[in-house]
Amino acid sequence: MKNKNNLGESLNNAMRSLWNNKVVVMFVVLCVFGIATSGKSVSHTVTEVFTRFGRNAFLVLALIIPVLAGLGLNFGIVVGAIAAQIAIFWVVSWGFTGVTGLLMCVLICTPLAILFGWLVGKLYNKTKGSEMITGMILAYFADGLYQFLFLFLIGGVIPVNNPTLIINGGVGVKNTIDLTGNIKYALDTISMLSIIQVLYIILAVITAAKLISRLVKKRELHLKSLLLRFAAATVVFALTFVPAVQTFLGQDRLLLLNAVELACLGAALFAVYLLLKGMVGEKKPFAQCYKRPVALAIVAGIVYALTYVTAIFQILIAVSLPVCTYLLIAVICFFNRWILSTKLGQDMRTVGQSRTVANSAGINVDKTRIIATCISTVLASWGQLIYLQNLGTFQTYGAHSMVGQYAIASLLVGGASVQKANNKQAILGVVLFHTLFVVAPLSASNLFGSALIGEYFRVFICYGVIALSLAMHAWKVIAKKKEEKAQSDAAPAES
Amino acid sequence: MKSKLKSAYQAIGLPRLIISAFFLIVLIMAGVYNIGIPALLGDVLRRWGMYGVLVLAMVPAIQCGIGPNFGISLGIVCGLFSSLIAIELNIAALPCFASTPVLGQWCSMLFAMVLGALIAWFVGVAYGLLLNRVKGSEMTVSTYVGLSIIAFMNILWVTLPFKSGDIKWPIGGEGARNTISLENSFGELLNKTGGFYLIGSEESGGLFIPTGLLVFFFLMCLLIYLFMRSKTGKAMTAAGANPNFARASGINVDKMRILGTAVSTSLGAVGIITYAQAFGFLQMYNAPLMMGFHCVAAILIGGASISKARISHVIIGTFLFQGLLVIALPVANKVLVGTDLSDIMRMIISNGIIIYALTKAKGGTASNEE
Amino acid sequence: MGEAPYVLKMDGISKEYFGNRVLDNVSLSVKPGEIHALMGENGAGKSTLMNILFGMPVIHNTGGFTGTIEIDGEPVKIDSPQKAMELGIGMVHQEFMLIPGFTVTENIKVGREITQPTVASHIFGKSLEKLDTKAMAKDARKALDTIGLNIEEYVLVKGLPVGYMQFIEIAREIDKKGVRLLIFDEPTAVLTESEAARLLDTMRVIASKGIAIIFITHRLDEVIEVTDSITVLRDGQFIAKAQTKDTSAVKIAEMMIGRKVEKLFDDDKPDTRTLSDDDVILSLRNLKVDMPGEKVRDVSLNVRRGEVFGIGGLAGQGKLGIPNGIMGLCPAEGEVIFDGKPLDLKKLGEALRLGIAFVSEDRRGVGLLLDDSIEQNIVFSAMQVNGKFLKNYGIAKLYDGKAGRAHANEMIRELDIRCTGPTQAAGSLSGGNQQKVCIARALTLSPKLLIVSEPTRGIDIGAKKLVIELLAKLNREQGMTVIMVSSELTELRSLCDRIAIVSEGVVHRIMRPDDSDAAFGLAMSGAKMEGGAEQ
Repeated sequence: MKNKNNLGESLNNAMRSLWNNKVVVMFVVLCVFGIATSGKSVSHTVTEVFTRFGRNAFLVLALIIPVLAGLGLNFGIVVGAIAAQIAIFWVVSWGFTGVTGLLMCVLICTPLAILFGWLVGKLYNKTKGSEMITGMILAYFADGLYQFLFLFLIGGVIPVNNPTLIINGGVGVKNTIDLTGNIKYALDTISMLSIIQVLYIILAVITAAKLISRLVKKRELHLKSLLLRFAAATVVFALTFVPAVQTFLGQDRLLLLNAVELACLGAALFAVYLLLKGMVGEKKPFAQCYKRPVALAIVAGIVYALTYVTAIFQILIAVSLPVCTYLLIAVICFFNRWILSTKLGQDMRTVGQSRTVANSAGINVDKTRIIATCISTVLASWGQLIYLQNLGTFQTYGAHSMVGQYAIASLLVGGASVQKANNKQAILGVVLFHTLFVVAPLSASNLFGSALIGEYFRVFICYGVIALSLAMHAWKVIAKKKEEKAQSDAAPAES
Repeated sequence: MKSKLKSAYQAIGLPRLIISAFFLIVLIMAGVYNIGIPALLGDVLRRWGMYGVLVLAMVPAIQCGIGPNFGISLGIVCGLFSSLIAIELNIAALPCFASTPVLGQWCSMLFAMVLGALIAWFVGVAYGLLLNRVKGSEMTVSTYVGLSIIAFMNILWVTLPFKSGDIKWPIGGEGARNTISLENSFGELLNKTGGFYLIGSEESGGLFIPTGLLVFFFLMCLLIYLFMRSKTGKAMTAAGANPNFARASGINVDKMRILGTAVSTSLGAVGIITYAQAFGFLQMYNAPLMMGFHCVAAILIGGASISKARISHVIIGTFLFQGLLVIALPVANKVLVGTDLSDIMRMIISNGIIIYALTKAKGGTASNEE
Repeated sequence: MGEAPYVLKMDGISKEYFGNRVLDNVSLSVKPGEIHALMGENGAGKSTLMNILFGMPVIHNTGGFTGTIEIDGEPVKIDSPQKAMELGIGMVHQEFMLIPGFTVTENIKVGREITQPTVASHIFGKSLEKLDTKAMAKDARKALDTIGLNIEEYVLVKGLPVGYMQFIEIAREIDKKGVRLLIFDEPTAVLTESEAARLLDTMRVIASKGIAIIFITHRLDEVIEVTDSITVLRDGQFIAKAQTKDTSAVKIAEMMIGRKVEKLFDDDKPDTRTLSDDDVILSLRNLKVDMPGEKVRDVSLNVRRGEVFGIGGLAGQGKLGIPNGIMGLCPAEGEVIFDGKPLDLKKLGEALRLGIAFVSEDRRGVGLLLDDSIEQNIVFSAMQVNGKFLKNYGIAKLYDGKAGRAHANEMIRELDIRCTGPTQAAGSLSGGNQQKVCIARALTLSPKLLIVSEPTRGIDIGAKKLVIELLAKLNREQGMTVIMVSSELTELRSLCDRIAIVSEGVVHRIMRPDDSDAAFGLAMSGAKMEGGAEQ
C-alpha cells in the first residue's frame, strides 16, 4: 500500500516536473521529430549543432546576468554586437590578422561596449519596469545609427581608402566583408599547447604578484601552498614536452570522441579524489562517503562504454571541437557562477528581487543595474567576435540584427524565464534551439516539399517562444501579486 | 510673455519641435536643390492618406488602456488575407460588373474591407483577452505577438492553395508572390476617385490631390471621433485613463479593453487595404513586419503619449512623419549621392521617438518608487 | 551614562507639508533599554515623526523640518536612511522588507554581507570580494538565537509562515552593529494572538540588552502590558508624556481623542427630520468584504431613511471595506437590502443603478479622471449609469455637449467649485474643490443614498468645513440619507446621528455623537474592557 502511494507520488512529481518544464519538453519532442524526418544522417545534424553551439553559446550566456539583476531579457545585447562589429571593421581595414587581429578587436570593442553598456544602463534606469520593451526598441534604434555610421559616415565623413571594404563610390561599407585570411578562425585555431603555455605564464605571474603583495603588506606568506600549486602546474607543463602529448596538444581541434574519453577519465579521477578527500581528509568511514564517487564512476564507465556503440562512435568521430572557443564558453559559465558568489553578485540578486529592499539596505540600485548592463554588453560584444570569427563572413548590415532575438529565444527554449536563468538552461537552450534551426528546413522540404516553410517555421518558433514566455511571465506576475495580497490578508484572519 | 512661450513649448513638446523644424529645413533644402516641390507635396498627401488609417488604429488601443498597439500586424494580416480572398474570387471582374468596371472595383475593395474588419474583430477579441491577462506588460507582449503572427502567416502564404494568376508566381515558386498587383482589383481606386492635378499635370510632375483617399481617411477619423464621443467610447476612455474610476462608475474595464483592442485591430485591417490600394500592390511576407513600429512612432510624433491619444495626433503625426520621409529622401539623395537614407532615417526617427515616449511614460515615474 | 540619560531626544520638532502643519513643536525622548509607546490617531503625526527620525527622503524633498535631534546627548543631523542606520537606529517595517527568494541568512545580512578579498577584488575593487557564507550564517544564527527564533538560517523565507517574517526583520535589525534604538511600526497588526504575545516577549528581551524601543501601536492592552513610558500625539501636537504605570487605558484613550475646540458645523436650524427605526433604507446582514488592508469580517447594521450615519474606526480595521463592498468594487458576501430590494453584490454597478452614489476615499486614484475636464468628471457616472446627457442621432447616441456643459456650470455654481471654468482639468484643482467635483458627480446621479468615504482627507480646514456643511445641507434640506465613513471622529461627531465604530472587521459598537471621549477612545482601540460610558 505504502509502496503504491510512493509510486503514485513519484509519478505525480515526475508529471509536475515535466509540466514545469513544458517548454523544454515540447522542444525536445520537436527536435526529435525534426531529426527523424530531416532525411539527413544524425551525425550530420550533430556536427552542425556543435558548430553552431560554439558560435552562439557565448552570446546566450551574456544574457544571464541582467536577468538576475531584474532587468529581464536584455534585448539590448545587439548594442554589444554592434560594438564588436565596429571593432572588426577597423581592425580589418588596418590589416591586422590572426590572433593579433582578434586581440586588437577585443581591445577596441571592450571600452566601446562598456561605454554603450553604460548608456544603455542609464536608459534602463529611466524606464524602470519597462526595460524589455525599451531594449527591443533600442535594438532597432541602435541598428539605425549603426547603418548611418557604416553607410554614410565611413567614407562620407571619415575617410577610409580600402577598395575591398568600401563601396565603389567611396562612401559606405560593402554589404559583406570576407574575414578569410584575417580573423576567420583566429580563436578556433589556437592550439591546446599554446593555451597551456599561456595559462602557465598567467599562473606564474599571479603567484609572483601574490608573493610580492604579501611581502609588501607584511601578511602571512602561505609560501608552502603557493609553491605547491606552482610546482603542480610546472609538472603538468613539463608533461607537454613529452613528444606524444605534444603532438596531441599541438592540435587546435579536439575530436568529440577524445573529449568524451578525457571527460570520462577526468570524472573517474574526480571520483577517486572525492573518495580520498572524504576518507582521509574528513576521516569519515567508507560507508558515509562512497555514494557520490561511486555513482560518478559508474556514470563515467557507462558513458565510456557507450562510445563503443557503432552508431554513437560514428557521430563521435565526425565531430571535432575548437578547443579554445569551447574553453572560453566554459570560462564564461564559470564567470557567471563566480560573480554570484561575490558582493557585487549578491547586490545584483537583491536588486533583481526587490529594488525597495535593496535601496533600504543601502545598495546603490542604479549603479548596480548599470554594472549588470555593462557586463552583459561587453560579454555580448565578445560573443559576437567569436560568432563572426567562426562564421568567416561578416554581413555588414545583417550580422547583428537577429542576435538578440536568437539568443533570447535560445535561453527561453532552455527553460529560462524573464526572472530566472542559469548556465544549464542557456546551454540546453542553445542545443535545442539550434538543432531545430538546422533540421526545420530539411524536414519541411522532406515533408511538404518546401524548404521555405521550414525557414518560416523556425523564425516563427523564435518569435513565438519569446512571445509565449513574455506572456506567461506577465501572467505569473499578476497571479503572484494576487496571491501575495490574499496571503497577507489571510494572515491576521487566522487569529 | 515668457511663461506663455514656455507653456506653448510644453504644449508642443521637444520632439515635435525638432521634427517640425527638421521638416521645414528639408522642405527649404528641397527648394534650394530645385527638386520638384509640387510632385513632392503630392506624394506627401498620398502618403498621408495611405498611412493615416493605420495610425488611426492606435487611438482606440491607447485610449482603452492597452497602450500603443505594436501588435497591429494582427489586423494587417487580416486585411491582407481578405484582400487575397477578394482577388481570388475576382470580384472586380464578376460578370454582373461587366458594364461598370468601377463598381466592380468598389465592390471588391469594400468586400475586402468588410471581410478583413470582420475577421480582425474576432482576432482582436482573442488578442484583447490575451492582453487582459498580461496587464502591465502589454507593449512587450504585443510586440512579439505582432512579430510572431507575421512569421506564422508567412507559412500560410506559402501553403495556401491560391489559384488566381495575380497571386501565384508566374513560373515556379511556392505560394503567394512577394508583391501582388492590384491592377485587376482595386489598385489606386480611392486615390483616383475625384483625384485631380492642382498644379501641373502627370507628365510635368504636378501636385496631385488624391481626393478620395483623403476623404476616406478623414471619414474614418470622423467615425472614430464620433465613436469616442458615444457612451461606449467615453466608458472606454475612462477605463483606459483610470480603471478604478471606471469600475466605480459600474464599467467592466476588461470588456472595454477588449472592445478597444478589437476596434484597433479592425482599423488595422481596413488601414492596410487603404495602404495597399494607394500603393497599388499588396506587400506580403515580411513587408509589414515593422509597420507597427512606424504607426506607433507617427502617433507619438503627433503628440500622443503612451496613455493618451487624440484624433488630431493622428492627423498631425502622420503628416509630419511621412511628409518628412518623403521630402528628405530626394534631398538626401542630392546631398549624399547614390544612397538610400530614408530607411535609416525612418529607423532612427521612429525608434528614437518611441524610446523618448517610454522614458516619459509611467515607466519613468516608476523610478521614483523608492 | 549619567551625562546622557536619553539615547534619543527629539526636541521642538515641527514639519509642514505644502503649508499644512503636520507636526508642531513635538518632542520625544527615550532612555536606553526602555520600551516607549508612541500613541495617536491616524494622522496624529506619528509616521511623519518617525520619517524624520529615519531621515527619509520624503522629508527632505518637502522642505525639511525644524527642531533638534540628539543621540546619546550628541546633536546629530540625519539626512538619509543610511545615516540613521549608521547612528544605530533600526526600523521594523509594517510591510515586510524581506526578499522571499533569499534564505533567512541572506535576508538578515542583506546589504551588509561579510566578504573576503579575492584576486579580482584587488584589481577591480571591493565589490568583487567573495561572500563569506559561513561567517554570515554564524551571525544570522546568533541574531536568531538572541530573539529565540528556532528556524534554520538556510531555509528560504518564501516557505515560512507570515508570522515568522516579523521576527526575521527584527533579527536583521539587531544584527546591525551598534544598534541602540529600534522602531516597531504596528508590528502586531499582522500577527496572530500567540505570535503577538511572543513578539512582546522578544521586545522585552531586546530591551533588557540595553536597546531602546519605540513601539507604535493602537492596541492599548499591549501598551499597558509591555511599555515603560508613553508619548501621546494628537493633530501634530505633543499632548503628554507619561510613565505607563501612572496611567490607564482609559486615560490614554482620552488623551488620544481629546475634544477638539473648533466645531466643523453649526447646526442652528431646527431639526425637522423624522427618523424612524422602522423606515430602514439600507440594511446589511453579515457583510464580508475582501478589501486588501481593510477587511470586513462580519458587519450587520441598519441605516434609517433620512439620517446621517457615521462609520468610524482606525485605519486598517475595515471601515473602508464596507462602502467598497456595497458598491461591488471589492469582492463581498452577505445580504444587503436597499430600499426593500436585495442588492446583488457580485454585479458591478448594481448599487449605482439602484440609487446609491459613492464618493471614494481615494480621490485621486478612484474618484477622478485627473487629466479630464471638470465637466467630464461631473457628468460621467450619470451618463454611464442613467443614460443622461446623451442625444439620440438616430444611428447612435452621442454625448450631448450642451446639456453636459449646462449641468456642469450649474454644479460649479451650486457647490461653489473654485475653478477657471468647466473645461479645467480636475487634476489641477485644490483638494477641497476636487472633493466637491466628486460630490457633484455623485449628486448628478440623483441618488437615494449618498455614501461619502473620508470626505475631508487631505484638504485644508476651511474646505473641510465647507464639505461638511454641504453634506449637512443635503441631508437637512433635501432629506438625502448620508453614510459618512471617516477616521476623523470630530467630523463624525459634529454631523452624524449615530456612529458605528468598526474594529477588526466587525462593528464594535454603535455610539451616539455625545458619548464621552474616553468611550470613543476605547471603542476605537477595540479594547475588550467595557468602558463606563456604556449607559
